[in-house]
Amino acid sequence: MKTGVQKIVEKYGKDKTRLMDILIDVQTEYGYIPHEITVQIAEDLGMSEVDVDQTISFYHFFSQKPTGKYHIFLNNSAVANMMGRAEVAHTFMKELGIRFGEVTSDGLVGLFDTSCIGMNDQEPAAIINNQIFTRLTPFRVKEIVRDIREGKSIHDMVVADYGDGQNSSDLIKSVVANNIRKIGPILERNFKPGQVIEKITKMTPEQVIDEVKKSNMRGRGGAGFPTGMKWEFCRNAAGPKKYIFCNADEGEPGTFKDRVILTERARLLFEGMVIAGYAVGADEGILYLRHEYKYLQAYLESILKVAREANYLGKNILGKKGFNFDIRIQFGAGAYVCGEESALIESAEGKRGEPRDRPPFPVEKGYLDMPTVVNNVETLCAVVKVVLNGGDWYKSFGTTESTGTKLLSVSGDCKFPGVYEVVWGFSVNDILDMVGAHAEDVQAVQVGGPSGAIIGPNEFNRILGYEDLATGGSLIIIGHNRDILSDIVLNFMEFFIDESCGSCSTCRILPTLLRNKLLKILDARGVKQDIDDIVAWGKILKASRCGLGQTAANPMLSSLKNFRHLYEKKIQKNKEYDSGFDLGQAVKESCEATGRVPNF
Amino acid sequence: MSKPIVATTSLAGCFGCHMSVLDIDERILELIELVEFNKSPINDIKKFTKKCDIGLIEGGCCNSENVHVLRDFREHCKILVSVGECAIMGGLPAMRNGIPIRECLEEAYLNGPTVVGNEEGIIPNDPELPMLLDKVYPCHEIVKIDYFLPGCPPRADLIWEALVALVTGDEMKLPYEVLKFD
Repeated sequence: MKTGVQKIVEKYGKDKTRLMDILIDVQTEYGYIPHEITVQIAEDLGMSEVDVDQTISFYHFFSQKPTGKYHIFLNNSAVANMMGRAEVAHTFMKELGIRFGEVTSDGLVGLFDTSCIGMNDQEPAAIINNQIFTRLTPFRVKEIVRDIREGKSIHDMVVADYGDGQNSSDLIKSVVANNIRKIGPILERNFKPGQVIEKITKMTPEQVIDEVKKSNMRGRGGAGFPTGMKWEFCRNAAGPKKYIFCNADEGEPGTFKDRVILTERARLLFEGMVIAGYAVGADEGILYLRHEYKYLQAYLESILKVAREANYLGKNILGKKGFNFDIRIQFGAGAYVCGEESALIESAEGKRGEPRDRPPFPVEKGYLDMPTVVNNVETLCAVVKVVLNGGDWYKSFGTTESTGTKLLSVSGDCKFPGVYEVVWGFSVNDILDMVGAHAEDVQAVQVGGPSGAIIGPNEFNRILGYEDLATGGSLIIIGHNRDILSDIVLNFMEFFIDESCGSCSTCRILPTLLRNKLLKILDARGVKQDIDDIVAWGKILKASRCGLGQTAANPMLSSLKNFRHLYEKKIQKNKEYDSGFDLGQAVKESCEATGRVPNF
Repeated sequence: MSKPIVATTSLAGCFGCHMSVLDIDERILELIELVEFNKSPINDIKKFTKKCDIGLIEGGCCNSENVHVLRDFREHCKILVSVGECAIMGGLPAMRNGIPIRECLEEAYLNGPTVVGNEEGIIPNDPELPMLLDKVYPCHEIVKIDYFLPGCPPRADLIWEALVALVTGDEMKLPYEVLKFD
């Protein structure tokens, strides 16, 4: 083990900023990261043990205890639960004889919960040894457990047909389905590799930025910052080296469009990164890819190789002197907050994914303190089309404020869950119609994932776009048979509690308190004050440093705003205050410990 | 019209919030013009002598005495305000909440590295002592709290403006900068 780890550390040039890669390799190789290895890595990298420890302990997919030869991570998202996760989870526990968070006594199988793995259109789904298993049923679980006991390899356990498109290619071989339901100008099939790179070699970087600015394109991650402006800031920032990051950490439950782009349009994405690099004067691009999509690694590497061979990547690209750009893939290890750009950068530097204070913004001081652009996968794909067809062409789609198209990840109670590329400007009703959900069968739609908003039928006429209903693209459709509070809101609050980095006390504590309020209300012990508290405390979360904390109360605030009657139905009407506090019970333990009789 | 009456107390807190009250500097003269103080460590009035309008609570509840005082405040004050991190969320004292109280006591009085001279192994048990609660509770889990002033401590300006708003009945301004305390 010792020499094996040494080799891994040397593979990354003993560079402590590559700690994530080192730990991922160790975790993959040995199934966990034992203490003595932590000590060894720290020594080899010239770091303190706690620095290595704190990175390990931050990420969901790193473990300091053995996780079993087969480690099963069963998705715990709201939609997974809607699609029958409970039965699947129960069957896993029964067949394996363990609970979640445990490993079988023979060390064969570990069973764990995990946050949304980007498969909402084919739930319930699990990751077993980095391979994805979708549409699980109790029967399928029994098969999987039987195969594990027989010692089958992960690839031999895949009994269904491989998914469509590249999912069935030799380098992926996965049952994941793309479910592309609607193709628009970004996803269209006639993309010619290298064409755009050829074009930019004849343009100045300023011309490229101008074209993107002209398109009025805004970042597709959710925040909607104008892309051209971001590039210009970075181009004008002083620094000996600049970086382009593609944010493929897509962790917002209900979002999976980036997974489909990475599977089917990876070339488009990489060429978008080349454009960004050329525009801002960066020669290195990093694709920060969530660990859940590790099954795409070999495939994506092969595409990078082909691009290098064609000199679309590398030195003096297509003969243009000084046009150097290459891309490497940086994996995360399971942390929603790493989708926040400064946390993503911290993570790529081998640290805990804790958001930085801003300013300075990444465009001034980002990765390794150098000017850095962080763009969403979809943004980088769209810029290729902008540069090829012009900003005016791009503006011809969508609305004035929201130009172009948007990839929607649609899941939940509808006939056709999947990825849709639509122009901005459609109403929620239009979308419901498109995805095979009758408005009268729909109780609510969760727009933009847990950090977004839950809206009811009276708002289905709202328009998707920055002017009205902004979204990073996730739409979860919730039928009448669901209990919004216990099926959706509670799940989302648990999600925020799990995923808080813990840096700001607001976000570390309040989501738990809010969740407890919700449990109290669900338990019919709530009073009106609890509802008032939820609203008041939700505001305090706005003081958190990053978007995760600032939006962590949204599931409750937005359901309270639009479905207040669900809360009011469950609270005690005749009482103004009820916390359930019992002084006798509260002092019982300390009185026993000191040998006292409670005296009030 | 008589002046509104204010009472204050520090439960499981560090008195930092009271220090922050004093930090309003010369406005304390203005404050005395504006309100009358009843039970409070500031004037050392130990027992309520009349009904009050506003009670400012610093600190959460870690023992039975805190609970009594807080309930007493609820009984005597029309409006109760949780002032600061500890009153609102338990704060630093609540760091013990993950550890059973028996373990805390044994660590403090029997097994801890700094324990000396307790050969008989006694955990203080005088009936006069307040009884410790199983965990540190934020005030709103014991009684109804009307308002919350976040901060560790809340800045003097925030406390000042909150008090003035309560006394005058105007809505309070809470800009982002004032709430950001981490």
